Amino acid sequence: MVEYSIGGLRDMFLGNVRRLKEILKYAKISSDVAEIDASNLVHKEVNDLMRYCALQGVRRIVLKGVRGQRYIGTRLYFPDPRPKLEIEIHGFPGNDLGAFLDGHRIVVYGNAQDGVGNTMDSGEIVIYGQAGDVVAMSMRGGRIFIRDDVGYRTAIHMKEYRDKVPVLVVGGTAQDFFGEYMAGGRVVLLGLNLDDKPHRARYIDTGMHGGIMYIRGRVEPWQLGKEVGIVDMEAEDWKFIEKHVGDFCEIFGIKEDEVLGGSFLKLKPVTKRPYGKVYAY
Amino acid sequence: MSMAGMDVRRVRGGARGMRRERLPDKEHQACGLFGVIDRSGRRFGGRVAIEAVMNMRVRGNGLGAGFAAYGIYPEYKDYYALHVMFQDWDLDAKREVDKFLEANFDIVCSEEIPTNPEAPVIDPPLIWRYFVMPHKKGEERRLSDDDYVVKKVMHINTKIENAYVFSSGKDMGVFKGVGFPEEIAEYFMLEKEYRGYIWVAHSRFPTNTPGWWGGAHPFCILDWTVVHNGEISSYGTNKRYLEMYGYYCTLLTDTEVMAYAIDLLMRRQRLPIEIVAKILAPPMWDHIDIMDERQKRLYTTLRMVYAPLLINGPWTIIVAHHGEMFGITDRIRLRPITAGEKGDLLFVSSEEAAIRAVCPDLDRVFTPMGGEPVVGRLKSREKELRRRAEEVV
Repeated sequence: MVEYSIGGLRDMFLGNVRRLKEILKYAKISSDVAEIDASNLVHKEVNDLMRYCALQGVRRIVLKGVRGQRYIGTRLYFPDPRPKLEIEIHGFPGNDLGAFLDGHRIVVYGNAQDGVGNTMDSGEIVIYGQAGDVVAMSMRGGRIFIRDDVGYRTAIHMKEYRDKVPVLVVGGTAQDFFGEYMAGGRVVLLGLNLDDKPHRARYIDTGMHGGIMYIRGRVEPWQLGKEVGIVDMEAEDWKFIEKHVGDFCEIFGIKEDEVLGGSFLKLKPVTKRPYGKVYAY
Repeated sequence: MSMAGMDVRRVRGGARGMRRERLPDKEHQACGLFGVIDRSGRRFGGRVAIEAVMNMRVRGNGLGAGFAAYGIYPEYKDYYALHVMFQDWDLDAKREVDKFLEANFDIVCSEEIPTNPEAPVIDPPLIWRYFVMPHKKGEERRLSDDDYVVKKVMHINTKIENAYVFSSGKDMGVFKGVGFPEEIAEYFMLEKEYRGYIWVAHSRFPTNTPGWWGGAHPFCILDWTVVHNGEISSYGTNKRYLEMYGYYCTLLTDTEVMAYAIDLLMRRQRLPIEIVAKILAPPMWDHIDIMDERQKRLYTTLRMVYAPLLINGPWTIIVAHHGEMFGITDRIRLRPITAGEKGDLLFVSSEEAAIRAVCPDLDRVFTPMGGEPVVGRLKSREKELRRRAEEVV
């Protein structure tokens, strides 16, 4: 191995991580607000500092100069009943923002990358911009609001259980495999930036076997996976849309009436076990 | 990469084959890619590419990094610049290559590539550069200069043990090795030594193939370079098809087929990027079925004629040659890509944060659909292509 690597494999995740006391200078805490300058921190350090601030009783964390650090907000699980944090991000957070998020609220003033809200448990993520691929992957609770577009495989394997029903609202459009293998949850796609052009996503809801998807705007039947059908909107659906899209519009300052005035498609899986025949033996 | 690569290894001697088995077994791959072109042709130092790819440190693991730069040898721009690596400082290989080049080329300059001995890289091979002009004899006079150079590069790569040609284009070069990107950049002193109008960078996380100096990206033939994130599950098919056209894969990694496929399609067969994209990442049959008749004929024909060049598996690549750079992913985008624009600059990268690290105030950020290329062209080339298109019409 020595021949091919320099002194064995170097750990690119933990290689340059400093001890907490060496990085405390990057956090300024005043009463219950902490400001963290993330421009010189690797991602474990960012999360170490955030955890430290939370344990100090901080209620609001402002991250400045974020430059691609991953897993921001992921290690803020506290067993005791402890108040939830408000996390403000300036800059460009890296992949898996808010992974496993435990009830906190993250607001990003800019674009996010891949894996926003990966396996998120509860809380809220708001993105004032676009996000990358696999947004809300395996999400199991809470809400995500994305103002602009999302990439491939959004909401892949999103799930729900009893009262834990995750909600994702996307203001722009999505790319292929939107809602792939969805097992639960609610996804709303608004198409606000399309100017009456159709959505381009293909293989929408392929393999979907739970949950509900709402799409505002034009989609042709060939763009849908074989496992979903279009069903009529009912009063309950409108109630849901009015609440969550209403919140979305309020957050981003969009006129609610114009959004709700559009036509919505409701997609539901036609079977709970689309591949039962393939794998059963 | 498939086991097909092992064939070559056995031919070239077993020692390195033994080492292969001791490589760490990794489950996933997440290389970092970055490319930038100044469409006005302005040349700049390596700093931008180095800082951008450094920002994606976690996408590589220090087992390979490399850079390609275009427009760096203006004083020798009419000569092919051969960067040749001699594994284990094998001076016999060097003598053999010298002899071979002297017999087949006019060499105007031959020197060791300047390196910084203080840089923290371990066990670097000898890397030499030759500026050469083809010296064709007999039947070979019928070959174009480019075809002649490809043939001779293949000869060195397959016939001369421990010698590998890193790059072989005019007025461009590839600099690569084992280390993190900033270490390789420091070793080759890219920030101060070179100025180019296209820079492409790669940080490697090898999974299925060895991390060795020759296996670092970019891969290059003539002035075509490719950097790649992912793995090519169609490698065996692609490799055998390319062998019919005289391309032999010797560098033990799947990306090599991509460089040769691009050279075959774009240089030799003169196909435009838009068509090449549809060969490497063709539309699905069920989408071809619903196209209009003309399109259906085109895409069916492409899929049939070029079936062995369909690149299967998860991949994102950035391809560059003089005047042009483009990024593209596989058709279902199993690896990420983001593009950004700022004035004449076009960036393509695995992550937006890497672009923002060197250009925070982009005019536009976008991500194309899988299989659709993002193309950055010199304005002068754009004009030339338009003129040619008008002639056809």
